[in-house]
Amino acid sequence: MGMTMTEKILAFHTGLDNVTPGQLIEARLDMTLANDITAPIAIQEFRKLGLKAVWDESRVTLVPDHFTPNKDIKSAEQAKYLRDFAREMRICNYFEVGKMGIEHALVPEQGLVLPGDLMIGADSHTCTYGALGAFSTGVGSTDLACAMATGKSWFKVPGSLKIVLKNRCRKWVSGKDIILKIIGEIGVDGARYMAMEFTGDGIASLSMDSRFTIANMAIEAGAKNGIFPVDTLTESYVQESMKSGRRNDRYRIFTSDPDAKYEKTIEYDLESIEPQVAFPHLPENTKNVSEVNEIKIDQVVIGSCTNGRLEDLRTAAAVLKGKSVASHVRCLIFPATQKIYLEALREGLVETFVEAGAVVSTPTCGPCLGGHLGILARGEKAVSTTNRNFVGRMGHKESEVYLASPAVAAASAVAGVISPPDAVV
Amino acid sequence: MQPQGKLIFKGKAYKLGDNIDTDAIIPARYLNTLDPDELASHCMEDIDRNFSAQVEQGDIIVGGENFGCGSSREHAPLAIKSSGVSCVIASSFARIFYRNAINIGLPILEARAASTNIRSGDFLEVNLEKGTIKNTSSGETYNSEPFPEFMQEIINMGGLVNRTKRKLEGNE
Repeated sequence: MGMTMTEKILAFHTGLDNVTPGQLIEARLDMTLANDITAPIAIQEFRKLGLKAVWDESRVTLVPDHFTPNKDIKSAEQAKYLRDFAREMRICNYFEVGKMGIEHALVPEQGLVLPGDLMIGADSHTCTYGALGAFSTGVGSTDLACAMATGKSWFKVPGSLKIVLKNRCRKWVSGKDIILKIIGEIGVDGARYMAMEFTGDGIASLSMDSRFTIANMAIEAGAKNGIFPVDTLTESYVQESMKSGRRNDRYRIFTSDPDAKYEKTIEYDLESIEPQVAFPHLPENTKNVSEVNEIKIDQVVIGSCTNGRLEDLRTAAAVLKGKSVASHVRCLIFPATQKIYLEALREGLVETFVEAGAVVSTPTCGPCLGGHLGILARGEKAVSTTNRNFVGRMGHKESEVYLASPAVAAASAVAGVISPPDAVV
Repeated sequence: MQPQGKLIFKGKAYKLGDNIDTDAIIPARYLNTLDPDELASHCMEDIDRNFSAQVEQGDIIVGGENFGCGSSREHAPLAIKSSGVSCVIASSFARIFYRNAINIGLPILEARAASTNIRSGDFLEVNLEKGTIKNTSSGETYNSEPFPEFMQEIINMGGLVNRTKRKLEGNE
């Protein structure tokens, strides 16, 4: 019987000819990742193993991106703990503030993850790299600690949910609207324990940035991983990223067999998808933006591992160009990496943002998880391009987060209420 | 090998709903610490401000579907464990939380009937070895889903670090 690309990647890394859903395997890893809030526990647990070195110092990536630039003394201590460990272990891929970016934008940009890889990261949005045809999934700190020691981890082979995307998106519709639409239909546990495999002729029209956004939010449907087929666009992205010289091994392209088995298949006509917004307090509470009654907002956040890439900033700038952020709204924009920041500067996007009255920050996860740089007060409402709108996610437990695309977020910043892009532009 | 640690827990049920996310279990603003007691003091605070004050040693959390969804933060099961909760029963668990709980030695049981029928304040007796949950308040008994052998091995060894250590030492 045929296998899905997820099953093939897992089988390859286990040295088996085939694997089937439900099977427990111990597989070889190509890369491991942790950040400033998950690495400290991982390091503590790693120390208990009594080892003097990690399994491979070129395959451990450490990115202090959550509470950095250090938000308070405790965060500074955690970041230092991470830095000291990276130095002691001679970790090749530690990224200091100034080189740091939001991990799930930085890791693929720096060529640290390649098609066909098996990767784990101590961060739930590690599933982002499925956009490159890799199997990547989030784990906790203890799993990561053991992986740093052995280069291996255990997995239950997931069943696959096939999501067929057809046709092309309309104007102002992007990856974020697609994934919100899907989560709205299948629910926050609609893909629990499963691989979400995206396929269909609609993929070809999706930019890499949109594919990253879609794979990034697979976890919000409870999935173990999201995964896309590798096409020429993927390969040109990967070849560019490999110029960093951080990985010198060859990448592998796995494809799903025609007779691979799926637990379920769902089809979407991209042309029929409208800009979406997910209401508090779950990403599944989606509506078409056009059907949203006037909801006055206090803050807009554009950025994060979900939507802080160049395409996102270009879209936001296209909406904000020559306009002003509403007087009662704070609009905060976070380019996800230094490279994206620099490109946004060169293209004049940062100028557009500042002229519109938005704030442009250094890369950080800060506001997405209510860490720093944009916390909400009691009763405040925000439109955010981030990935979660749980109770208290961005600040006070009585604040509200509405998830949307960069186009909707930028339009809402101008309108001062949740607004579709074409109402503003 | 024989399981390590306690195998029978008695405590009162603390009932929670579906999709209890990791931000509810431990808000991200407290992830700048690793101190288990500090984490415990903020456990569930955005959905129930009184949780840390009211929870008693041995209490048993009974959640609904998709318990522990959201982030990969291991601080979540750590906060629950350090708050004195002896084990967590749920209809289903989000996968990263499930792994984390097993890895750090927080006992969890997947038991849909138990999750549906147990009421807050019921007195429960959980037998981890048998996977049974006895509701002494209602007289009902429920069975939980058994763990695959591989995971049972991690549990028996007292967590993933112990298992990895044994493997590294060649004492498998």
